[in-house]
Amino acid sequence: MREIKILFIVAFFTGLLYWGVEPFAHSKLHPHVEAPDYSFKDVQGLDGMVGNATAGAEIVANNCTACHSIEVAGFPALMDNASNAAAYGVVPPDLSTAGKLYDANFLAAFVKDPAVATKTTHKFEDGASHPMPGYSWMQPQEIADIVAYLQSIAPKEMTNKEVFANACQRCHSIKYGDFYGGSMAALTPDANIKKYMGVVPPDLSQFIRSRGEEYLHEFINNPQKHLEGTAMPRVGLTLESEKQVIEYLTEVGDSKKAEREALGAPFLGYLVIFAIMAWAWKAKIWRKVH
Amino acid sequence: MAEIKESFFSAEGLEKRLNGKKFWKVMMTEYWIPKDINFLWAMGVVLATTFAILIVSGIFLLMYYKPDTALAFDSVNYTIMQEVAYGWLFRHMHGVAASVVFLIIYIHMFTGIYYGSYKKGREMIWLSGMLLFVTFSAEGFSGYMLPWGQMSYWAAAVITNLFAGGSLEAWGLVEWIRGGFAVNDATLTRFFMLHVFLLPLVIIKLIVVHFYTLRIPHVNNQNSEDIDYDAEAEKYLAGNKKESKVIPFWPVFLSKDFAVLGLFLIFYFYLVFFNYNFAMDPVNFDPANPMKTPAHIYPEWYFLWSYETLRGPFFDMFGMKAGDIGLIIFGLAQVIFVVFPFLDRDPDILPAHKRPKFFIWFWIMIVDLLVLSVYGKLPPTGANAWVGFYATALFLLLWASLPFITKSDAKARGAL
Amino acid sequence: MSNNTNRRDFLGMSFAAVAAVGGAAALVGMKQAWDPLPSVLAAGFTTIDLANSDLVPGKPQTFTWRGKPIFVLLKNKEMEQFDGDLVIGDNRYTVTVGLCTHLGCIPAWKGDKWKCACHGGEFNSNGQQIFGPPPKPFVIPPFSVNGTVLTLGEDGPESKAMMTARA
Repeated sequence: MREIKILFIVAFFTGLLYWGVEPFAHSKLHPHVEAPDYSFKDVQGLDGMVGNATAGAEIVANNCTACHSIEVAGFPALMDNASNAAAYGVVPPDLSTAGKLYDANFLAAFVKDPAVATKTTHKFEDGASHPMPGYSWMQPQEIADIVAYLQSIAPKEMTNKEVFANACQRCHSIKYGDFYGGSMAALTPDANIKKYMGVVPPDLSQFIRSRGEEYLHEFINNPQKHLEGTAMPRVGLTLESEKQVIEYLTEVGDSKKAEREALGAPFLGYLVIFAIMAWAWKAKIWRKVH
Repeated sequence: MAEIKESFFSAEGLEKRLNGKKFWKVMMTEYWIPKDINFLWAMGVVLATTFAILIVSGIFLLMYYKPDTALAFDSVNYTIMQEVAYGWLFRHMHGVAASVVFLIIYIHMFTGIYYGSYKKGREMIWLSGMLLFVTFSAEGFSGYMLPWGQMSYWAAAVITNLFAGGSLEAWGLVEWIRGGFAVNDATLTRFFMLHVFLLPLVIIKLIVVHFYTLRIPHVNNQNSEDIDYDAEAEKYLAGNKKESKVIPFWPVFLSKDFAVLGLFLIFYFYLVFFNYNFAMDPVNFDPANPMKTPAHIYPEWYFLWSYETLRGPFFDMFGMKAGDIGLIIFGLAQVIFVVFPFLDRDPDILPAHKRPKFFIWFWIMIVDLLVLSVYGKLPPTGANAWVGFYATALFLLLWASLPFITKSDAKARGAL
Repeated sequence: MSNNTNRRDFLGMSFAAVAAVGGAAALVGMKQAWDPLPSVLAAGFTTIDLANSDLVPGKPQTFTWRGKPIFVLLKNKEMEQFDGDLVIGDNRYTVTVGLCTHLGCIPAWKGDKWKCACHGGEFNSNGQQIFGPPPKPFVIPPFSVNGTVLTLGEDGPESKAMMTARA
């Protein structure tokens, strides 16, 4: 009985210490932020308007393909990545997948005013401007048509890696995605992206372990929440695409997660058997001395 | 006459050459331990096991780790964690064991304090134990640098900076320690040498000394009773096991150790598989960047209480700068436990629940160390700074009062 | 008898002394093996051409010297003129080691002062501590000036003057 009491006291103080140093301290060091909003209701999106994809095709061909490639619709990239980066500051995205990756309301708001939608207006003061011009002069119907067109040409399914490559890789490298081959470097050369962003965006290889799933969702959905004043744009990913990005980060950064979780239970099961046997042996021996 | 006639290839011959039976008796079956003990007495074996886990997992990590600032991070987080079969398991085991070992060290230490196992002949055990604590601390500090993450770099930078005393180059001491102006590749490789070779050797030697110094005074017991080991051993050997106050190390004492170990391993491996962030801080999964300080720098949990004493005095007092006062208290905090046996003025060995004032002192100390630890993790702003200040002041007050309250207990008992 | 003992003692003692001298010499050698390498010490000089560094008034830039960040701030009209400024022509500069004097973190420039994220310390545009735990102003690195070129690593009259003004 006394031993149970001692065990309880030791467990109590250990638990108290753990609570204070871990959950409690973490709540102070990382104050709570609001949950992510995947409706992007802070910017004016489609407002319920329905677009016409055929009309959108023509608008896009006339307005967007000067800078943006659309491989799937027969508009290949006009320059290589390095030249694009030198011209615009960053490689402009190919629009083949934009309709699937990004929320429709966000896309509409983005086309209207890229800096406002991405929450990067603080970067474009003192005469600097977003490399993509805004299209607020268009009719709302035209913008809805653009979004409808992009959705119509987008693939129905994308792999996790494809989502990452399209949504993140222009700026972020993820070295561990191809450690020996080097193919997962950022598409924009370091010198260009540093000039455009102010710093080279961090390599994401270990971000699933350094930030964790919850933080990543909150951050990607609105970078300003956790890092006020950051140069990273709000990208406008749908929840589904965002989940795929995080799954990719897990595949690359914590590839043994499944193995670890699968081994855990049987390992502990063995140890329970070990402990039972140890106690049984101890009881047998100590019966003779008590 | 040294000649042994029995053949080398016989049981008697081998026994005569090695004296195995005598060795087994002395070390195991006739090494007498008190019977009146609780599970806290198993912490020594738990520590030995945890140390063994650290060595074995360390050996496997050593096969793939690259001690070079350009290669270290990836050798750990790509090669070991994601390519080597069970590399992730060895890394998790090593990191979690390095943290858990300090939990067990603290439990072991405070068990010794509670039951008075540091005095009247046991001072050497206490001193060798405290030396082990200091060496394990150095081992932990040097090991933490190796993955070369943000915490690795900045903890190294901040702690080696303490030796500069606020100036740029204090007698070249900081540069000498680092092997350069800032923490750099030379710093990493020499701490690698310390962590992998020199300090483990020192630890092993200190463990041997610790066991040796334990032999003569014998292990303590729950009532701190002074046992006549010869008489009790005779009773046991005569077959009177139930009445004897002693048990042999093997198999009786060790059987209880193994049972406790069984439970400990469940706890430990649960952490290894499912709850390891407390030991493998997420910030350290960012590669070291000498030009970018992380938003929050803090040491591992087991250093938090003394880290907080460094920050506790946050304004100038008694004509000294706050930083200097903190440094002095921090230095004191590292060594004050060492002189415990000499601050305790009570001549009797008794468990704390038989020493009323000391009992209160003990629990206040535990709570104070807890408060210091938690606040050592928090930013020292606003109210937190004041809590840290008073907790540090209380810490000093507790040590200053120890001689007086132990004497007072002894006088009340009539022992002084 | 006593003669024999004395001779044996003397021999024993001088042998012990010789062994001790050898041991001490070995320790000195080992101490030197820990010293920073000559190549590391030699790389301790960095030049900065202030005229060609794209310095924007009021926005400090960070350079590296001996592995440490060096803050160089070209003061703008609103910032106070301080005795300890580095004056070159019409320009007033603050040149300091960019490490918080509390525990060595790198403070970040926030508008009009440096703020250290670690424990909230603040430094003004002269690099002097104005709030929080830092006990001293930013350390002034040794440097010499030739025209508009700064050479960090060797002391000059300008760096000495800056240090005195902050003492």
